[in-house]
Amino acid sequence: MAKSLFQKVWDSHSVRKLANGQTQLLIGTHLIHEVTSPQAFGMLRDLGLKVAYPHRTFATVDHIVPTDQFVEPYADPLAQAMMDELRKNCADNNVTFFDRASGKQGVVHIVGPEQGITQPGTTIACGDSHTSTHGAFGAIAFGIGTSQVRDVLATQTMALGALKVRRIEVSGKLPPGVYAKDVILHIIRQLGVNGGTGFAYEYAGSTIDGFSMEERMTVCNMSIEGGARVGYVNPDETTFAYLKGRPYSPTGAAWDAAVANWKSYASDAGAVYDDVVKLDAASIAPTVTWGINPAQGISILENIPSPETATSADDKAGIIEALEYMKLPAGAPIKGTKIDVAFLGSCTNGRLSDFQEVAKFVKGRKVAPGVKAIAVPGSQIVALQCEKLGIDKILADAGFEWRAAGCSMCLAMNPDKLVGDQLCASSSNRNFKGRQGSTTGRTVLMSPVMVAAAAVTGYIADAREVFSVANN
Amino acid sequence: MALAKITSVTGRAVNVPGNDIDTDRIIPARFMKCVTFDGLGEFLFNDVRKQLDGTLKEHPLNEARFTGATILLSGANFGCGSSREHAPQAIAKYGFKAVIAENFAEIFFGNSTTLGMPCVTASREDIAKIADAVNANPQSEVVIDLVKLEVRFAGQSVKIAQRESARDSLVNGRWDAIGELIDGKTDVQSTAGKLAYMSA
Ligand code: SF4
Repeated sequence: MAKSLFQKVWDSHSVRKLANGQTQLLIGTHLIHEVTSPQAFGMLRDLGLKVAYPHRTFATVDHIVPTDQFVEPYADPLAQAMMDELRKNCADNNVTFFDRASGKQGVVHIVGPEQGITQPGTTIACGDSHTSTHGAFGAIAFGIGTSQVRDVLATQTMALGALKVRRIEVSGKLPPGVYAKDVILHIIRQLGVNGGTGFAYEYAGSTIDGFSMEERMTVCNMSIEGGARVGYVNPDETTFAYLKGRPYSPTGAAWDAAVANWKSYASDAGAVYDDVVKLDAASIAPTVTWGINPAQGISILENIPSPETATSADDKAGIIEALEYMKLPAGAPIKGTKIDVAFLGSCTNGRLSDFQEVAKFVKGRKVAPGVKAIAVPGSQIVALQCEKLGIDKILADAGFEWRAAGCSMCLAMNPDKLVGDQLCASSSNRNFKGRQGSTTGRTVLMSPVMVAAAAVTGYIADAREVFSVANN
Repeated sequence: MALAKITSVTGRAVNVPGNDIDTDRIIPARFMKCVTFDGLGEFLFNDVRKQLDGTLKEHPLNEARFTGATILLSGANFGCGSSREHAPQAIAKYGFKAVIAENFAEIFFGNSTTLGMPCVTASREDIAKIADAVNANPQSEVVIDLVKLEVRFAGQSVKIAQRESARDSLVNGRWDAIGELIDGKTDVQSTAGKLAYMSA
């Protein structure tokens, strides 16, 4: 019977049925970080248990690391305590820890692929909702809570019910100035903030097939913002080329065997899906959010919704609440909204290609007066790649602060925070109330190039106009 | 590890209305700088309940008449956003024993069940009926019955739903899967043995 990749991975990793009807699923790769793992190690100690498969667990530190302080102890003693706890837990349990001294530290969802740990046909779990990112490689990757982190540490498995699969086909050529970020913001807008509950999203179609691994990661990363816990792309030559030669990739004869195995996991041509959605790439424009959840998005050419245009009572209440918080005028164009901060980075858009694309356009330009602009590479390796190419210089010359790797202002658990009701043009993934560190701070999500356009003009702008991107 | 069989939750309720109440709202990220979950209850809904200087804003949880409520009522897509178990932990540590909402975000639902905190769904109209009753009389007793799948309150009853695997786990005292997962050790080894990357 023809199967989807999700079904194949699920089947090959199913250990047994549990009494409540759920499946005990083997988690091949476990990624941990400092925020959601200390309590799990604590629970493990309380139960007198050990890490079952330490060689399949990998740790890094990302959420709390300062991006402008390099030596420990960190100014924030709580941050230092979390760092110490992770370091100790890894040492005590023989878990590989990519800390700053390793030169490989970074946001966990950037580090896994970079090291070649993220591989097709595998299951991956991490105590972080953006674990869906790893699906870009044809892995089934779950964001999990701390009790499940404990379960995976102790048994390398977790209890789970199977998901339905929705295939999302995006076909055709994206117009110039439109990026993977716009594609996923568009998808979430179309399907809703909880449209994916109970589903794994399989992203397919010629647009997705033509994407680089970094673009696929951007798309899969935000699956959870549409309610889908898992998102993936079938592995293909682009995937294999990316993985070849990475530190944890197989080599020699094992490489050939691995590629053959990985290919066998791709969805069969006749696979049956619980739902199929088709989208036309040509109809997607640069997209920005105007509200307080990632589905509240519009194209840069549209006006901010007003309560009168609501399609339901719920929608109306949502619009009123969002506009009140965002302090945006109903019905006015979003273009031209003044910004205070520009943030480049995060596990959505903190990779080399993101900074490369921005550098191409901001070279020789200046960040608008009064705008604070920061660029935070997603990993130490991304930082080094950018520095070798002089991208850090281009951004710094333009007026961006070039920082060290981490999550930074994506959720502001480190010192990088919005102040008061500052409005931030952000390449991150969440625009929830208070997300960027100020209880009244405002976030507008967009692609990195759109962030760059906002940074240099001081307003939410159409990057295609600002940077004269020819519409060919 | 014998776990309690959770067949019902009885207590007073409080309604925190709204859709898409996300995990950042339930427990803002700055309170996650901790290595244990102790003390999180204090910061539940912190930024919608308190001004920056700590003075209280208008919020159902700040109303004295709802003090001691153990059942939380809310709207659609409750708990969306992050995988942080800090969110259900904060709700539980605050003193809640169950949540009734129109529906729940996936990860939040699973995290809560593993803590033995039932999340059940009811229609918007029925949640409004419960909310009306407890707003009229905050002392009225609300019973969530996981066997009959109904909520009884103020002489009325409404239907609720819960994913069968979760309901089964709660009423049979196996909502924390760890014991069962450990028991599967031999099967885990044989599954892992068939996957090349597991030995790498
Ligand atoms: S970059 Fe943001 S979304 Fe990604 S892991 Fe860090 S905090 Fe989470």
